[in-house]
Amino acid sequence: MATTTARTLLVEGQPIALDPEGYLVSLDDWSESVAEALAADDGRELTPAHWEVIAVLRDFYQRFEAAPAMRPLVKAVKQSLGEEKGSSIYLMQLFPESPAKVGARLAGLPKPTNCL
Amino acid sequence: MTTFSDMETVSDVETVPQDLLIVLRHPPHGSQWLREGLDVALVAAAFGQRVGLLFQGDGVYALLKDQQAGALGQKGTHPQMAMLEMYDIDMLWVSETALAERELSADDLMLPMVPLNAEAVAELFARHPRTLIF
Repeated sequence: MATTTARTLLVEGQPIALDPEGYLVSLDDWSESVAEALAADDGRELTPAHWEVIAVLRDFYQRFEAAPAMRPLVKAVKQSLGEEKGSSIYLMQLFPESPAKVGARLAGLPKPTNCL
Repeated sequence: MTTFSDMETVSDVETVPQDLLIVLRHPPHGSQWLREGLDVALVAAAFGQRVGLLFQGDGVYALLKDQQAGALGQKGTHPQMAMLEMYDIDMLWVSETALAERELSADDLMLPMVPLNAEAVAELFARHPRTLIF
């Protein structure tokens, strides 16, 4: 599916193309600096707690070629980071609004399709 | 394409929540049937519905191990199948007849499946008023 570029974000001098919903047009563009720039663009700051969830999200995409909806995200976080962090409350605190959507955007994944 | 709002309408008229049965009868490549069926299963499960899958006919080819992605940069359905577990979809049935007709056995399959004979398939349908066939 062709994705249109709505705007670009300048990261370390490189223009990074974003789709109309703010997700990366090319998933290969992702780097930690891009994640930081995307977060700053949202007015968020990434802490180590965010980074470990971003790593879980990227691993999920590697394994299943899809960004997880909330329920499987909670399950994946529980498997990787333990029972305590594998809860929707914890993830909502890290990524207010929608952890699945916001997390996928910061992790450089496409928008989760099973998440309305 | 079935949307969540369709499903909501279905559950509104029912007093007891029922499991959703999704029947997959198409092979991974050549059409979107399998992918669409799996997508509906994943959406329903993402919203907390209990979903069971029955693989019948050429749908059993979706279960074969060691598949590759399709041509022209298509994604395979293999990763989607592997992902079912993350959506807590663990009621997985396969038609024994369909496997036998294709000279396949449980060892050829990527996921642990419960094989059903023709009678058990009929009984499965009888138990699931909410069935979607792909």
